[in-house]
Amino acid sequence: MIDRPGTTEFPLREYGVASFLMRLLRAREAALVIIVFTLIVALSFLSPYFLTWGNMRAVILSFSTEGIVVVGMTILIIAGGFDLSVGAVMALAMAVAARLTGEGVNVWLASLAGLTAAAGIGATMGVFVTRIGLNFFVVSLAMLSIVRGLAFVVTRGAPVPLVNPPAAFSFIGQGRISGVPFAIMLFLVVVIIGDILLRYSKPMRLVVYTGSNERAAIYSGINTRKVKFWAAVLCSSLAGLAGLIFMSKFGSATPTFGVGSELNIIAAAIIGGASLNGGRGSILGAILGIALLSLVTNGMILLSIPVFWQEATKGGILLTAVTIDHLITSRTR
Amino acid sequence: MAADPLLELRDIRKSFGSVVAVNNASFNLVQGEIHVLAGENGAGKSTLVNIIAGIVRPDSGEILLRGKRVEMQGPLDAMRHGIAFVHQEIAMCPDVSVMENIMMPRINAESGFWMNYKGTRKKAVEALHLLADIDPDMETRKLSISQQQLVEIARALTQECDILILDEPTAALTQNETDTLFHIMNQLKAKGIGIIYISHRMSEIFAHCDRITVLRDGTYISTDRISDVTPDDVIRKLIGAEVGALYPPKARKNDSGSAEIMSVRGLSDGDRVRDVSFSVQRGRIHGLSGLIGSGRTETLECIAGLRPTRAGETLVGGESFHPRKYRDAINKGIVYLSENRKSDGVFLDLPIMQNIPAMDLLAVSRFAGQFLSHRKESELANDLGKVLNLKRASITDDVSNLSGGNQQKVAIAKLLAVVPKILLLDEPTRGIDISAKSEIHHLLRRLADEGIGVVVVSSEISEITGICDDVTVLSEGSSAGTLKDAGVTEEAIIQLAAVSVKKNASLAKADAL
Repeated sequence: MIDRPGTTEFPLREYGVASFLMRLLRAREAALVIIVFTLIVALSFLSPYFLTWGNMRAVILSFSTEGIVVVGMTILIIAGGFDLSVGAVMALAMAVAARLTGEGVNVWLASLAGLTAAAGIGATMGVFVTRIGLNFFVVSLAMLSIVRGLAFVVTRGAPVPLVNPPAAFSFIGQGRISGVPFAIMLFLVVVIIGDILLRYSKPMRLVVYTGSNERAAIYSGINTRKVKFWAAVLCSSLAGLAGLIFMSKFGSATPTFGVGSELNIIAAAIIGGASLNGGRGSILGAILGIALLSLVTNGMILLSIPVFWQEATKGGILLTAVTIDHLITSRTR
Repeated sequence: MAADPLLELRDIRKSFGSVVAVNNASFNLVQGEIHVLAGENGAGKSTLVNIIAGIVRPDSGEILLRGKRVEMQGPLDAMRHGIAFVHQEIAMCPDVSVMENIMMPRINAESGFWMNYKGTRKKAVEALHLLADIDPDMETRKLSISQQQLVEIARALTQECDILILDEPTAALTQNETDTLFHIMNQLKAKGIGIIYISHRMSEIFAHCDRITVLRDGTYISTDRISDVTPDDVIRKLIGAEVGALYPPKARKNDSGSAEIMSVRGLSDGDRVRDVSFSVQRGRIHGLSGLIGSGRTETLECIAGLRPTRAGETLVGGESFHPRKYRDAINKGIVYLSENRKSDGVFLDLPIMQNIPAMDLLAVSRFAGQFLSHRKESELANDLGKVLNLKRASITDDVSNLSGGNQQKVAIAKLLAVVPKILLLDEPTRGIDISAKSEIHHLLRRLADEGIGVVVVSSEISEITGICDDVTVLSEGSSAGTLKDAGVTEEAIIQLAAVSVKKNASLAKADAL
C-alpha cells in the first residue's frame, strides 16, 4: 500500500442543482443580474412605457437573435479564438438563402445552403488558424471584408425579397405561441443547450482546456487544432442560423445587414466574463451582457436621450465591466 | 538480458533546421528501474523524451516498446502506449479546478459525452493524496509554483502507465516534497514501472537512481549502473573534460570586517519581509538563505525599490538610501537579477547586443543621447561577452536561441553594463548546467574581489555553502542569524531556518529548504 502524506480531507463538493445555484450566486452572473434588475427598476420609474409587456417583448426580441450568435462567440472566445466576421456571415447566410429561393429552390433547402455557407466560412477560418498558424483576429478581419463582399455579390447589391415564403418558414421569425415570439423561444433553447453543454459535456470542457492553456491541453493528448476548428465552425454556423431567423422575420435578405453587430456581440461576451486570453467565459453571463446593452439602448430611447449617445454609452459599459473584472481578479491573484 | 526491455530507442536522429538536436542516440529502459537521462543543457535530453512522448517525430531511428516497433502518432498515441510525462515546464490550465487539470488526459482519452465530475474528482483526489494537501476544487491559478508542479506529477500518476518520464520535476519542489516524490517513485518502481528521470542534481541521482545514460551534444556517451560510477565520473562525461574546482575559493580570512558596502537594518514591507538586517562586506559574497516563503526574494526587491518598504533602512556607503522605484536603485549602483530568467531577466526575442545595454541606453548612444550607436552596442556586447565567456554564434542572435546558461550570462551582462556597485542575485544559477554554473560562481568571486557587493539568494543549500562567505538566514521574514566563514555549514543554516518553524510545527510540514 502506498502511504499517504496528504492528510487533510477536502469535503466533496456537490455537482448537483443546489451547489450549482450556490456557485451561481458567487459568480459574475450574480453581479450582472443585480445590475440588470436595478436598471429595470430604475427605468420603470423613469418611464411609464418601460415596464409594459409590449416594450419588454420588444427589448427581448431585439437581442434574442443576436443572442444566438453570442452563444457561439462566447464558446469561440473561451477556446482562445475570436471572430469579427459574424455580422457579415449573418448577411451571407440570408443572401444565399434568399437568392436560391428566388431561383426556385425550396426555401428550407435554400436555408440549409445558407447555413452550409456560414459553416464553410467558419471552416475556412479554422483552416487558416490551425493549419497555417495565423491568428483569429487577422483571419476574421480579412473574412469580414470577404464575406461582406460575397453577400453583395450574391444579392447583386440590393435587398432580395423572399417571394411567397411558406407560413411555417415565416413563423420562425414572426410567429408567436401564447403571445411569446417563437424567435425568443428558439433563442432560449440555444442558450440553455449551450450553457448545459459548456458546463457538463466533455467536448466543451476540452474547449475550456484548449483556451486556458493550449500547451497543457496538447500535453494531455488533446487535439487542440480540432477543438479550435470546430469552435470556429460552431460560431459561424450559429451566426448563419441567426441570419436565417432575421430573414424569416423581415421576409427579405439585405447585404448590409448586421454591419457592426460583431462588436456588440463580442462586447456582450466580454461583459459576461469571457477573457480574450481564452479559458474563461460564461454563456449565461454573455446573455446578461447583451441584455444589459439592449436595456440601455431601450432606456435611452424611452428617455429621449439623443441616439448619438448610444454607441458611446455601450463603450463605457464595456470599459467599466472589464476594468472592474480586472481589478477584482488581479486582487485575488 | 532475458526479457525485452520496456522501451528501447535505436539510433534516433532529429534535427531542427540546421541544428542537430539528437544524433544517433540509443537508450533502453527496463521494468522497475529509475533511469537517469543526463546531459548539459542542449545535449538533447528534452528532445529525446519528447520523441518518446510523441510530441516530436524523429527523422530516423527506431522506437521499440517491449520489443515491438512503434511509431508514435502524437501525445495521445504515446499515452495509449502507457507513457506518462511530467514536463519540465509546468503546463496548467489556470482557469479550471485542480482536479480537472489532473484528469485532463483521461477526460480526453475516455469515451462518453458527459463529464463525470464525481468520478473525476475521486480519481484526482487519490493521485493528489499521495503527494500533498491541495484542495482539488481550487482554481489552479491560485496554486504556488511547487503546488503546480505537484499537480503536474499527480496528472501523470492518474494515467495507467508502464513508463513514466520526469523532466526535472524537482526544480520547483521543496526538500520535503522531493522526498515524497522519490518515495512514490520507489513504490512505482516496485510495481514494475520504468521511470526515466532527468535532473541536474547529482545528490538526487546518486541517492535514488539505478542507471544513468549520458548524452553530450546530442550523441550517446554511455550507460552505467549508478553503483559503478562516481559523481566525478559523471561530470567528466557530461562536459567531456576535466572540471576544475566546482566552487571558487572563499574570501581570504583577513578581508573580513574590512569595509561595509551596504547594510540593511530592520527592513520590512509589512507583509513578507518583517525584520531583516544584514551587512555586506567588501570582498565577501553574502548569501541569503531560508525556507521558500521566508522572504528572501522580497527582501531583495525591497532593497532594489521594486517593492515598497514600510520600515527600516538600507545604508549604502554609510548613507541612508530609500528607493521609490527601481531606477533610484540603479542610479545608486544597485541592480537586481530576477529568479525568473525568461520572463523578467532577458528579452527573449531581442538579439544579445540589444539585451545587454537595456538598462542604460545612454551608454550606447551618441549625439547627446539622441541616437543609438550600433557600434557602441556591439562593443559593449563583445566586451561583456568575453568577460562572461558567453558562447554564441553572433551577438546578433536572439537570446531565445541560447541555452539556459548563456541566457543567464546575458541577464548578468545586462546588469554589469551599468557598472554596478552592488549585485542582488536571485537564484543566479537556477536550471543551468554545471559548467555554466561554475563559470558564474567564479565570476561572482572575481566581482567580489574587485570590490563589488554581491548578495546571492539560492534555494540550493550546497550553492550557498559553496560560494558564500557570510550567510544570513531568514525565517518567516526576519533574520534568524548570520553565519561567517567556517560557520557556514548546511546544518547551521537548516537550524537557523527552522527557528520559528519549530514554534509553528504546521509550517514545518509544508515547506523545507
